[in-house]
Amino acid sequence: MSETVRVKMAEYHVGASPDILVTIGLGSCVGIALYDEISKIGGLIHIMLPHNNDENNLKPAKYADTGIPLLIEKMVEAGANRENIIAKIAGGAHMFSSSPDMVIQIGKRNIEAVYQILEENNIPIVGEDLGKDYGRTMEFYTEDGRVKIRSYRAGDKFL
Amino acid sequence: MSDLINHLTSVQKDVLKEIGNIGAGNAATAFAQFLNTRIHMTVPSVTIVPIEDVPELTGGIETEVVSVLLKVMGESPGSILLVFSVQSTENLLKMIIDEFDIYQLGEVEVSAIKEIGNILSGSYLNAINQMTGFNLFQSIPAFAFDMAGAILSSSMLSLAENDYALLIETKFINGDEEIEGFFFYIPDPGSLEKILKSLGFDTQ
Repeated sequence: MSETVRVKMAEYHVGASPDILVTIGLGSCVGIALYDEISKIGGLIHIMLPHNNDENNLKPAKYADTGIPLLIEKMVEAGANRENIIAKIAGGAHMFSSSPDMVIQIGKRNIEAVYQILEENNIPIVGEDLGKDYGRTMEFYTEDGRVKIRSYRAGDKFL
Repeated sequence: MSDLINHLTSVQKDVLKEIGNIGAGNAATAFAQFLNTRIHMTVPSVTIVPIEDVPELTGGIETEVVSVLLKVMGESPGSILLVFSVQSTENLLKMIIDEFDIYQLGEVEVSAIKEIGNILSGSYLNAINQMTGFNLFQSIPAFAFDMAGAILSSSMLSLAENDYALLIETKFINGDEEIEGFFFYIPDPGSLEKILKSLGFDTQ
């Protein structure tokens, strides 16, 4: 039986085939789906900000720099092989396009941080749907690694 | 400062609610005049929600909504966000524009919606200014028509470093319940303290 798990903002979840991991309403936030196609273990995280400045580190999954390494670690604990992990990413939009400074280009900064952290961890990005000015929902099928992107503005597509 | 949210006394909450009340009263009057119809408002609530619940504030995270965001500048910066359902927006626009397609909004329709945002936030801020002696002013309005969750989370990023968001929330409803909207006043971190201080509260 496949289980559908909703990953809320600033949270993550690790699942195994045939689980479906879903994160809804990505605006400037970025969703990162990591997948090991041999063990069919997948992890999904919904980050809000690029860098964690909280000394107490109470919400590591809120930030790209602490969240992504944590997700990798939890996947390895669940049986994934670090060498096999690939990434598909979505989000980082600029929702209010008529406001250049208002939301301080946080979407763009999130994308840059996610690229950097994935590179540091030697994880290749095999699919992405980033930026622009609309919200997105990600559905991650751990059965085969497909990620469906839903949006009102651009319709549905698969990564 | 983020601690203040967790340590607000009930008196301080009442004061914030009262600011919301007067602001929303002003805004409702301006709104009613603009549309030439009756607009009621609910008693504003001071809402403190965990940051991860922000996308659910107006209901369905994936529900399509229409929104206007304005940045508040001055002594206590923050944001004002208005959220209307698609149906309410259609009903609203019908009162001022003859023909349009709600899913193909043109420049005129978007301008009209932004102008409503302008009017509401302007009168809201006027009320706060009168109470506090501040000189708060607003940016030009920005418009988005998309998933509620994406809009709400992206509008409240100034709060994202905190674990909780404090919002002053009001609902506008006209008599026939044809128009229903959420009005959020979102003080930036630190602003709450300044507002309370200006009213004579010691927030230390």
